[in-house]
Amino acid sequence: MSLARKGRSIMLTGLALLALVYVRALAFTPVERFQGPAQKIFYLHVPAAWSAMLAMGLVGLCSILFLVTKDLRFDRFAGASAEVGTAFSLVMLTTGPIWAKPIWGTWWTWDARLTLTLFLFFLFIGYLLLRGAVGDPGLRARYSAVLGICGLLLLPFIHLSVYLFRTLHPQPIILKPSSPSLPGSMLATLLFSFAVFTLLYVGFVTQRYALSLERESEVENA
Amino acid sequence: MSDLLRRAWTVARKDLMLEFRTRTALLSAVVFTALVLTVFNFGRDPTAVAPLDLAPSILWVTFTFAAMVALNRAFQLELENQALEGLLVSPLSRYSLYWGKLVANLVFVAVVEAVGLPLFVLFFDVPVGRVVLPLCGVIALATLGFVTVGTLFSAMVIRTRFAELMLPVLLLPFLIPPLVLAVLATAKLLSARPLSDSAGYLKLLAAYDIVFLVAATFLFRFTVDE
Repeated sequence: MSLARKGRSIMLTGLALLALVYVRALAFTPVERFQGPAQKIFYLHVPAAWSAMLAMGLVGLCSILFLVTKDLRFDRFAGASAEVGTAFSLVMLTTGPIWAKPIWGTWWTWDARLTLTLFLFFLFIGYLLLRGAVGDPGLRARYSAVLGICGLLLLPFIHLSVYLFRTLHPQPIILKPSSPSLPGSMLATLLFSFAVFTLLYVGFVTQRYALSLERESEVENA
Repeated sequence: MSDLLRRAWTVARKDLMLEFRTRTALLSAVVFTALVLTVFNFGRDPTAVAPLDLAPSILWVTFTFAAMVALNRAFQLELENQALEGLLVSPLSRYSLYWGKLVANLVFVAVVEAVGLPLFVLFFDVPVGRVVLPLCGVIALATLGFVTVGTLFSAMVIRTRFAELMLPVLLLPFLIPPLVLAVLATAKLLSARPLSDSAGYLKLLAAYDIVFLVAATFLFRFTVDE
């Protein structure tokens, strides 16, 4: 099976499972007492954020690996990951305000994590713009690797410098020192959704990777 | 090490000599800064917002734009007559080249800021008398942050399409942490708080400078080598 078809079947599986996430989140998970149905968006928002962060982390990691090994596969992967990360961060940035309006009373606020994710999005866009603005593949790979590494270094600073203002965002409920404070059924839905979004990430990236391979071989043949 | 710094200084001196002999770029950057300050004056309602409330933002947005304009030209002058190739084939380490460019850019931006700060005080009637030294410290730390990343990126963008537009798009997100911290520290200073109140901001600012100085020093060669 070709890489593109593999990617497509992973993506289709992911999309089918995503439908199950919807069903489970809406019909088989209890309604949160204080936030009501608005809380349901949490099962999409948080996993999308996770996929976007994963994408950025892998862009940074592949950038380092590319500069060390000069293996173009890492560059191709970083490019694919950035494209998919842009899509996931867009999902995160649109689902967030939809939830924030009824709960916080405002679409947007300059809280630490919101600012961080906004800049994550800007970084992805800048990264893709840079890739589009360099013609030579070798040069493009090096430039984007430099930007990818710098971007990874930048995110903690953005978070810290904005964190100095008081933050409004809900505090961590899963990844914190004590045990998760989410009821079992909600946690199960969330973890299921995490797995589905990770699968979707893999499916999308595989397809983008295969596409850039095809594009390169076309350029070589021409 | 001393060899590295000496060679870096050679590069910096070459750039600065070019800059001070032609003066066009420097003069344009100074005039640009004065104009941004003027724009700010008309971009607010003086009866509704006191100048002091807006002062830190005005100062730092102006300096951010000034740094951006200055950094855009950093490698531009090496494009003429393939001067960059000349530098690269000379027995000059990439570290020296980066540090030389960094020093030249720092001096360039410092000159612009040295004119911008008095103008800012004059235009907005900001009482800086007693805090002028700590304020210069904050400016130095933030400017170092701006210029370390900016020098690295300006070496990249000169060989891209739309270089003048690409630099701000790539660089502005990276200027946010120094900008936020400098604004917070400046606001504390201008409201006559002791310097110790801003210690946390300054430490984070210094950490930013160190992290990006180290990263840029090592990453620079990937932006110029073939």
